Amino acid sequence: MKVLNIVEAAYRGTLEEQDDTIVWICHAMKGANADIDVLLRGNAVNYAVKAQDASGLSFGDAKQTQPPQLANDLVKLKGKGAKIFVVEDALRERGIEPGELIEGVDFVPRAKLAKLFGDYDQVWHW
Amino acid sequence: MAKTLTFALMDPPFENGRSTTALRLIDIAVNRGYNVNVFAYEGAVYLPFAKQAQHPNVVHGRNAEEENHPLPRAWIAALMKEAASKGPKIDWINCGLCVDERGAGEAIEGVRRGSPADFWTFAQNSDNTLVIGTK
Repeated sequence: MKVLNIVEAAYRGTLEEQDDTIVWICHAMKGANADIDVLLRGNAVNYAVKAQDASGLSFGDAKQTQPPQLANDLVKLKGKGAKIFVVEDALRERGIEPGELIEGVDFVPRAKLAKLFGDYDQVWHW
Repeated sequence: MAKTLTFALMDPPFENGRSTTALRLIDIAVNRGYNVNVFAYEGAVYLPFAKQAQHPNVVHGRNAEEENHPLPRAWIAALMKEAASKGPKIDWINCGLCVDERGAGEAIEGVRRGSPADFWTFAQNSDNTLVIGTK
């Protein structure tokens, strides 16, 4: 079974979890030999931006020592064999240049999403 | 042979209508003879939390008994009882790490602890899977 995981709700608890929960569960399922890919759409396309930096959070003397590294988590997921798709219209709408993203993502126009979905047995929109 | 559906839930109780809708879908599935798997992820592990308690509502002018506040744990227990009486099976797994980070370990009877690997196994062995994520 081949599944495409759509991540759209971005930065949902990422500081508390120190990752994105859907990217995380994809890592975990990859560990169970799941055949899964990821599609970033909407605000979640920013997850692939290399220059983001979530470090520095502190409350009094409580400092976050392991801030989320979302782009790096995607690189690692890609290293486990998952494809990372990014909706290019969503990038353009947000003024993000493709060169700002991690290497190796696959760009897909919104108009071709239905065709992409057809390549999968199931599509999970988290 | 009965078909099986898997649901992945993410929302905590009492925050929006999605979890209630999910339980209604599960109710319909059970009544139509489907076996149902549930993987409760993140805040959804609180849906079957055993310590949910009813309370009086002063604004409504009702004591706790009169108010009879709905509790998701009671709805889930009722769904499991309904399934047991009619034949289909409800297999509910709470994500163990999500439980730990929330201290939500006290779940009602019938809820198991598991991992994303169990979710993947659920999905592989089901006729279809519906993900209801937090928005």
